[in-house]
Amino acid sequence: MRALTGKVVLALSGLMMASPAFAEGYERDPAAGWDHLWREIVIDITVIGVIFSVAAIYMVWKYRAKSDDEVGRGPKLSPAAALAWALIPASIFMADDFFLSAKGWTLWNDYRRIPDEAKEIRVTAYQWYWEFDYGDDLVSEELVVKKGEPVVLRMTSEDVLHSLYIPEFRVKEDVMPGRVTYVWFNPKRTGEFVETCTEYCGTAHAEMYTTVRVVEEAEYEQFINELKEEARAANSVKSQS
Amino acid sequence: MTMQTFKEWFFTTDHKRIGIMYLVGSMAAFVVAGLMALLIRLEQSSLGPTITDNPNDYNNWLYFHGAAMVLAFLIPGLTGFFANYFLPLMIGAQDVAFPRINAFSIWLFYGAIILALLSFVIPDPPDVMWTGYPPYSITTTGNTAFYVFTVHLLGFSSVLGAVNFLVTVIYMRAPGMGWNQLNIFTWTTVAAFVLQLVFIPVLASAVTMLLFDKYLGTNFFNPEAGGDVLLYQNLFWFYSHPAVYVIFLPACGILFEIFATMCKNRVFNYKACVYGGIWGIVGISGFVWVHHLYVSGMPDWLRIGQMVTTLLISVPVGLMVMSMWGTLYRAAITFNTGMLYAISCLFLVLSGGLTGIPLALTAITVHLSETSFVHAHFHFIMAMFSAFAMFAGIYYWFPKMFGRYADGPAATLGFWLNIIGVHVTFIPLFIIGVEGMPRRYWDYQMFPQFEPYHQVALVGAFMVAGGMAVTILNWIYSAFKGKVAVENPWKSCSMEWTHAPNCPQAGNFPNPPSVQPEWSPYGYEDREGNMAATTDPGYPTGPTAKPAE
Ligand code: HEM
Ligand SMILES: [Cu+2]
Ligand SMILES: [Cu+2]
Repeated sequence: MRALTGKVVLALSGLMMASPAFAEGYERDPAAGWDHLWREIVIDITVIGVIFSVAAIYMVWKYRAKSDDEVGRGPKLSPAAALAWALIPASIFMADDFFLSAKGWTLWNDYRRIPDEAKEIRVTAYQWYWEFDYGDDLVSEELVVKKGEPVVLRMTSEDVLHSLYIPEFRVKEDVMPGRVTYVWFNPKRTGEFVETCTEYCGTAHAEMYTTVRVVEEAEYEQFINELKEEARAANSVKSQS
Repeated sequence: MTMQTFKEWFFTTDHKRIGIMYLVGSMAAFVVAGLMALLIRLEQSSLGPTITDNPNDYNNWLYFHGAAMVLAFLIPGLTGFFANYFLPLMIGAQDVAFPRINAFSIWLFYGAIILALLSFVIPDPPDVMWTGYPPYSITTTGNTAFYVFTVHLLGFSSVLGAVNFLVTVIYMRAPGMGWNQLNIFTWTTVAAFVLQLVFIPVLASAVTMLLFDKYLGTNFFNPEAGGDVLLYQNLFWFYSHPAVYVIFLPACGILFEIFATMCKNRVFNYKACVYGGIWGIVGISGFVWVHHLYVSGMPDWLRIGQMVTTLLISVPVGLMVMSMWGTLYRAAITFNTGMLYAISCLFLVLSGGLTGIPLALTAITVHLSETSFVHAHFHFIMAMFSAFAMFAGIYYWFPKMFGRYADGPAATLGFWLNIIGVHVTFIPLFIIGVEGMPRRYWDYQMFPQFEPYHQVALVGAFMVAGGMAVTILNWIYSAFKGKVAVENPWKSCSMEWTHAPNCPQAGNFPNPPSVQPEWSPYGYEDREGNMAATTDPGYPTGPTAKPAE
């Protein structure tokens, strides 16, 4: 039994690996995958919604009572027909469910598999601000990343639950005390974006936001150098006192 | 009100009076929570402080709004009022199995409402949202105990109700009434109470642990002392996802009754609806809670597994939808205000249910979770679909309860203000939700571009407020002064209409009914034959409902 389970797990994970999202040389970008899948789902649910809406409008119009004592003539289903009317729609709904599950799973794998070359930044959430740690004691309260370099944020909280949300990169994950969670993204164009807290954390929850700056390499180096300067200045203040 | 009538109501054990008291209590909760909603929308209608500069005020309103709407309006309205008043009538019972326990339940409910209202006058009201997540709910200076005790009282009341109604349906059906002769409303209520019975204890234990952690120094949820922050969320949603069906199922049940009657039609594919749809939902309901925790740090395999189970909910829900739509097929439809609300629910369930599908996909929810998209999704299904189903039911059964009609121009005006208003409020929230607008935000300095959408939402909220004011005043006026109704005005075949006179007295039925195997609550096609398959009601019931000689 155990061996069988093992094989199934192997086979499943093999399938996951084989999915095209992980093929060599593919530039991974979950945010683009998100936009793509979102469009497909909007089409899917719009089609379902329109079919059922039209059917409802049509029937409410068509089957108005002509006289006061008219009664409905809805079909009395035979057992076979009743079963068919249950199984056929159920199969159609299930087909759509599995179709969406498969697509959702593929994208989810992309979301969770961190690229090897990703730059790691550690995040700590406090009531009510964020702290980003670039390593070597270099910390800032805004997030600055290099264009084209995937970033993984390893996150924890010093007090209550928070949630790190960057709409531009379509990522969000709760940040909590006692655990480390992560998100990764691929910043492909320069600009300034919003990062904000989306897990209710008290009075200033709505003010717990900061900027994500995606910059060119040179500007990034400059930013890191400034952080180093600050750190050095802070250290010398500390050693003097 | 004389002392005598006051005593009669205060000490009543009659399921119908208890039902009316649930109606009054839950509508009172709805009005107060609705006023909070107006404050919330006002505050968000402009950037920066609008009507308060203290975010805590906003958080307190939001707490009250959410907790009261779910726990004190929707659940008690549906399982308290509707089940109490109509379920015994539908199954031909003279009361519930344990009338005194029933009376105890209503007083627990009123205790909870008073406790909830007290939170407006205590110095540090609860500010933990209706979800109450620790560690915040433990570290806040807000009075979390009020939240916990309110949940305890309502939960206790519901569990007692569940036992009571399950026993009633099992043992007190009219002689001869088989399981496949039950109204769909009865089935949905039974299912809702099974869910309450199974899952409420989980919620009760979760909030009790909060209480212990906050006030007695235990560490259930404190990771520094070996506790687990996520435990609470798992327990909370293990109850609270099924709780959405405690609301959704009876709401559907009400609609089925109205459609069958106003369409003069049998319910399409009854057995698929009951055994596939209703019980399918109950079966799956305990395996999908993680879809509320898609971004909460759950293990990846659990997020994927429950993505599949969540999507599969569409199968039983789909079967119920097929039956509901099917009931319109080859129908003979007549219209009244109840039917108008019921028809609007056909569309609300589509917008509310179908927007659940993107949310079911873990990878899509990483963007949408905790945004106003989720907010709009569950308002479409709860604040609109479920509440409108309740309003439909109130109009439909109004002649039964008060012997008078509530239909009329005021009712129609209220309907149109409500239905237009809710769309004006929530469509903008869908749009900005996809753009990233977080929910539970006192202010949104980081997203100034969303301000116009919040202003539109404000206009919608005031339309609904106007619509509800008209509606509620119309109910109060009609209950005392409305046009007197004939017996069985909508010519239903269901037992609460055919065998109990308007404003039924204690004991409900002049002639306690019993039924033959060929009787059905939806036997319109051969109405005379159907009436012949049950006892003579024992009072004149108007031309159409008269039993065959
Ligand atoms: C068609 C089936 C449905 C699906 C697939 C579905 C899916 C979801 C999902 C995945 C979420 C979580 C989103 C998030 O927090 O990121 C959610 C939230 C919610 N849903 Fe649904 N839903 C469905 C129907 C319903 C119904 C029938 C109700 C109530 C009667 C309901 C009430 C809620 C509520 C209250 C929330 C938000 C709770 C909160 O965070 O405060 N949903 N839904
Ligand atoms: Cu926060
Ligand atoms: Cu749920």
